[in-house]
Amino acid sequence: MSKFEYALFTGCTAKQSTPELLSSTLAVADKLGIKIHILEEASCCGASHLQDFDEFLAHVLNARNICYAEKLGLTMITICNTCQLNSAMTKHALDTDLELKARVNEKLAEVGLEYKGTSEIKHFLYTLIDEYGLNNIKDKVTVPLSNFNIAPFYGCHNIRSTDQHHSKTYGENSYVPTSLDELISALEGHPVDYSHKNKCCGFHVELQATHTSEVLAGNAMVDAIDNDADLMVTPCPLCHLKMDTYQDDVGKVVGRDIELPVLHMPQMVALALGCSEKEIGLNFHVQKAKQLFTEATA
Amino acid sequence: MSNETRKVTIKAFRFNAETDYLPYTKEYEMEVGKDELILDLMNRIKWEHDGSFSYRRSCRHGICGACAIKVNGKATLACKQNAMELLDLFDNDITLEPSSKKRVVKDMIIDKSDFWEKHTAVKPYVIADIDPNPVSESIQTIAEFNAMLDSDLCIQCGACHYSCPALEVNEDYLGPAALNAAFRFTSDTRDEATKERLEIVFATGAGVWDCVKCNECAEACPKEINPIQKIGKLHNMQFEHKVAQSNVATRHAEGFVRSIRKHGFLDEADIVVYSEGYLGMYKHLKTAVKMMKAGKIHWQDGVPFIDNMPKIKNLDEVQKLIDISMTNKL
Repeated sequence: MSKFEYALFTGCTAKQSTPELLSSTLAVADKLGIKIHILEEASCCGASHLQDFDEFLAHVLNARNICYAEKLGLTMITICNTCQLNSAMTKHALDTDLELKARVNEKLAEVGLEYKGTSEIKHFLYTLIDEYGLNNIKDKVTVPLSNFNIAPFYGCHNIRSTDQHHSKTYGENSYVPTSLDELISALEGHPVDYSHKNKCCGFHVELQATHTSEVLAGNAMVDAIDNDADLMVTPCPLCHLKMDTYQDDVGKVVGRDIELPVLHMPQMVALALGCSEKEIGLNFHVQKAKQLFTEATA
Repeated sequence: MSNETRKVTIKAFRFNAETDYLPYTKEYEMEVGKDELILDLMNRIKWEHDGSFSYRRSCRHGICGACAIKVNGKATLACKQNAMELLDLFDNDITLEPSSKKRVVKDMIIDKSDFWEKHTAVKPYVIADIDPNPVSESIQTIAEFNAMLDSDLCIQCGACHYSCPALEVNEDYLGPAALNAAFRFTSDTRDEATKERLEIVFATGAGVWDCVKCNECAEACPKEINPIQKIGKLHNMQFEHKVAQSNVATRHAEGFVRSIRKHGFLDEADIVVYSEGYLGMYKHLKTAVKMMKAGKIHWQDGVPFIDNMPKIKNLDEVQKLIDISMTNKL
């Protein structure tokens, strides 16, 4: 049995518009000997929008997801910052408010489930760093990313608010986050230091406040480019979608030509560990990224 | 290096709107003690180095909110923040900055009129028909008081307001402090203006639907109030009190239930069509084509015969839980 075994909450995006996130996550786990159980029963985390509509319903559905990780007796890992935050918020709410936990369990009993609070919830990024260890990852690098200046984009929901994250992020400080920078260095890439690395991409208001959304994404991308980034990497598929699929619109709004491949965190690790082109799935990007595979090995 | 004191160079943003064309940074060398606050450092700059250095200070007890500034971009209530902690966090390299560089009057002093305008706009007071000669007290139960959460602890320092990226882009947005105040009074059982205030915070462009969900406000608040939690409550209250009108933002929130009921997952294509309506969809056609070319789009179930939306296992559980747990309607 592998020392590292987790229940994977894929989230909706990895099952639809970012299949490359799921395939690269599984490829990385495979290379590192991490055993993954996909929680095929898990539903959407609500992404904060269901929470806006009906907070109690969101808690019930998120508690149900966590129940399936508890049944396996495993930590639930996430590969999306927003899934991480919303699942962790439900766990925090239920573990600290017993009256709410009882109300939620009353509903879950109707489908034969019970939320106990026995499984931790942790983003895959922090699992890799905290549990697997950067040095152990470093030992497995076969394609050093030394050809690239890589801009880490942390994504809000992994680092804020601190009180929802404290124990799951090895105490990362939201004003001076370091995890992604350290991961990039471990893969022998060059981390780009820029002030927008911990700022918001605007994804969540894409529909109702498009201008705000695009200015926020644009400011971050331009800052990365002005600090010589060849590519950007993020642990959040929603940041990825905002910055990749809307890249040309964002460029128009901030008045700059932006051509910046935006990788998912596991894609970057997969690239450095020598995973296959198909597993890394750079063909699924809107902003051309396939060249990175050849450039990495050049 | 001694644990008790540390010799450092403190940088400060300097600008006088009346005489300076551009802002500049000045450096001040000093020995910082382990118990000194950021406010102490500002006092020492003024008293020991340069009497023209300007900042607001008053209570020195974390309650008046006057001395809110930023240190390396981090919202800081100067009289509450230990200096050594920030020197540790930022590797001994700290720059004192005003809360908002674009609103500077002099050095750390900013024009907070936008903050107060937003605050006023949400009617931050109890609105009620009160008998001028009451014969009994207006009593609240502990549970009623607790429903206001910690929103009443706000000291109007502006730390969250000037850390909010949505407000930075969209000047119409009310921002986290005003919305916290809106929650404070709307959830007060003595208040009779629930609908009126909820309508103010519902407005497109100004209200809660323009929050970008970044949680910067929760990090910034020196009183640990967590304004975004109150913004979330205001979202819910709009549905509870039937103030929410059907628009792109509310359909987007409610549309999650529709998708989850059908698939367990969010149907990414359907949520856009459902939120925008068929007429609003044209804005997204270009993106849809790009995504299709990259193989990113799953055909939504609205397209006959080619529904390839994935579904979760045990979807019937989720459907039942929605039926028995949902409390709100659009």
